[in-house]
Amino acid sequence: MNTSANSMSNNLVIEVRKVHKSFKTVQAVRGIDLHIPQGQFVALLGPNGAGKTTLVEMIEGIQQPDKGDIFIMGKTWKGNEDYLRRIIGLSLQETHFIDKLSVWETLRLFASFFAIGKERCEEVLQLIALEEKRRAWVVNLSGGQRQRLAIGISLLNKPNILLLDEPTTGLDPNARREIWAILRKLKEQSQTSLILTTHYMEEAEQLCDYIVILDHGKILKEGTLTALLGEIQDLPLKPVETRRTTLDDLFISLTGRHLNE
Amino acid sequence: MNERISNNQLLHLISANFKELIREPGVLFWGIVFPILMSLGLGIAFTGKKDVVTTIAVTGQNRLVYHQPTDSSSVIRRFLVANRSLVEKDKNGCISCKLTIPDDKLGNTTFIFQAMDWQQAMVLIKRGNINIILDEENGAVHYHFDPMNPDAQLTYLKLTRLFSTAGVVTGRTNAVIKPLTVSGTRYIDFLIPGLMAMGVMMSSMWGVSYAIIERRSKKLLRRMVATPMKRSNFLIALITVRVLMNFVEAGLLFLFAWLAFHITIQGNLAALFVLFFAGNFAFAGISIFISSHTAKTEIGNGLINAVSMPMMVLSGIFFSYHNFPEWSISTIQKFPLTLLADGMRSIMIEGAGIAETALPVAILAVTGLIFFVAGMKIFRWH
Ligand SMILES: Nc1ncnc2c1ncn2[C@@H]1O[C@H](COP(=O)(O)OP(=O)(O)O)[C@@H](O)[C@H]1O
Ligand SMILES: [Mg+2]
Repeated sequence: MNTSANSMSNNLVIEVRKVHKSFKTVQAVRGIDLHIPQGQFVALLGPNGAGKTTLVEMIEGIQQPDKGDIFIMGKTWKGNEDYLRRIIGLSLQETHFIDKLSVWETLRLFASFFAIGKERCEEVLQLIALEEKRRAWVVNLSGGQRQRLAIGISLLNKPNILLLDEPTTGLDPNARREIWAILRKLKEQSQTSLILTTHYMEEAEQLCDYIVILDHGKILKEGTLTALLGEIQDLPLKPVETRRTTLDDLFISLTGRHLNE
Repeated sequence: MNERISNNQLLHLISANFKELIREPGVLFWGIVFPILMSLGLGIAFTGKKDVVTTIAVTGQNRLVYHQPTDSSSVIRRFLVANRSLVEKDKNGCISCKLTIPDDKLGNTTFIFQAMDWQQAMVLIKRGNINIILDEENGAVHYHFDPMNPDAQLTYLKLTRLFSTAGVVTGRTNAVIKPLTVSGTRYIDFLIPGLMAMGVMMSSMWGVSYAIIERRSKKLLRRMVATPMKRSNFLIALITVRVLMNFVEAGLLFLFAWLAFHITIQGNLAALFVLFFAGNFAFAGISIFISSHTAKTEIGNGLINAVSMPMMVLSGIFFSYHNFPEWSISTIQKFPLTLLADGMRSIMIEGAGIAETALPVAILAVTGLIFFVAGMKIFRWH
């Protein structure tokens, strides 16, 4: 692939080109391009059914695109699975772990898949602030604690690329802020690139350098927060003056619907 | 501990499966306590003598008054009068009469003759409280019962014999009964190997099939294969833990049956071990195949029942499959559960060895292999 050398020279860790994916009756992803450089935090923002999960799972090598190419660190999934699995960390939408295994046992189990030892598990346990839940069974954790465990597992191998599918959906504001804190710390301490999907505009605004707004399998708009909010001024439908303009206003002006429907 | 060993993924998978298994209280009950209770219940029900109390409905008579002058038209009355010394009468003057025939070999038989009208008798027969109804016409006793019901048949045979003698019941017969209670010939000896075989089937089905389907439905399977975990290790760990558990369960059941019923292993222990292992392999393969595709636990449930229930009924676990029609027997004998149960019986009861069980072992191993390979071909990790 001559193009792979090209993308590495641009310092892109993820490159998605004209990717399509359909299920029986639904075109879930319809021609998406993404270019993500090292260290960038990217939000895929869109309502339910926008195609976020399908897109990230194709990047994760769990689903195959019908059309288009995906390069990760300049490599395709085909023939590089062993290598890519080691440098990627991920958390799926709504995964359940083994109910009657403790937090510590779950971390050790997943660490063993990467041949990673105890020390790293201790580090991760501290990072996700679950030390006092070390011996608790997964089934007895709160939603927020479970989600933190899922993120902890995704970080075990110190991934170059982290993909989180709706990490805070269904959590209360406190639990959500705890997860944001973990991800902020990660940004300070590492060069990890992040793709996270969400339908909460605050999450995209607060956490991410670059925001991609998806709907019906297509990119509606993408850019930095400032650039996107700047666009609202040029749109015919203006938000009420007294309130801060948000990404939701942008989404409404583009589609006539709220993000969070 | 050596770093490489303590971080080994197969060992961690095995340990995770093992912990999950023993932390589930249901496992202890269904895998260990339940088969023991079943062997205890059935073993006691069908082993040794037992006293039988049978109620017999007598219609067409208001009361069974036996102290009045003998009515030549009533066989039942004549019989009761003749045995007046054995009859306990109730306070209403023999609306019901209880008669006990002592027998120290077969156990005492107590008949309770109860006068009632036909409707009442039908209600009781539908409830299973009685299995035979008597009435009389012109000095002949009519027996109403379901000829397919073996208990009713037995009651009929006992009664006809009593009435035909029409004399005094002594409990002594000319026939000499020599009870066969040697180990190897009792129902419990037949039952225990069957229960051990059934345990392998059930616990493989639920422990392997259901576990895989549940993990697929929880997306845990998909999460695990999104790491460098080796897929083969995942399956090896699941099956290893289950097979070890099956050995423990079968061992405990045998231990219990040995203590409670003195059952023994007549044949070759190594042959038993090999056969049991082959049975585990066959059912592990079948379980993988069953669980290869669906992500819905309800469907998994249905598939498991669809495969295990027919074998449980047909394979002769609780009673001999020779009760089924002749044409079906050669098919039944090829079921994996039949092969395992028959093989285990031949070793434990008849004293068979490696040579005699080589064929079932080979068939079970090939069955396991075929299902395993086919299952892996269509296995969905996502
Ligand atoms: N396995 C599947 N089979 C059929 N349709 C699917 C499947 N996965 C997703 N879809 C459909 O594709 C569309 C996009 O789904 P998804 O990627 O899950 O969206 P999002 O994650 O943004 O909510 C939806 O209409 C969804 O119903
Ligand atoms: Mg989704």
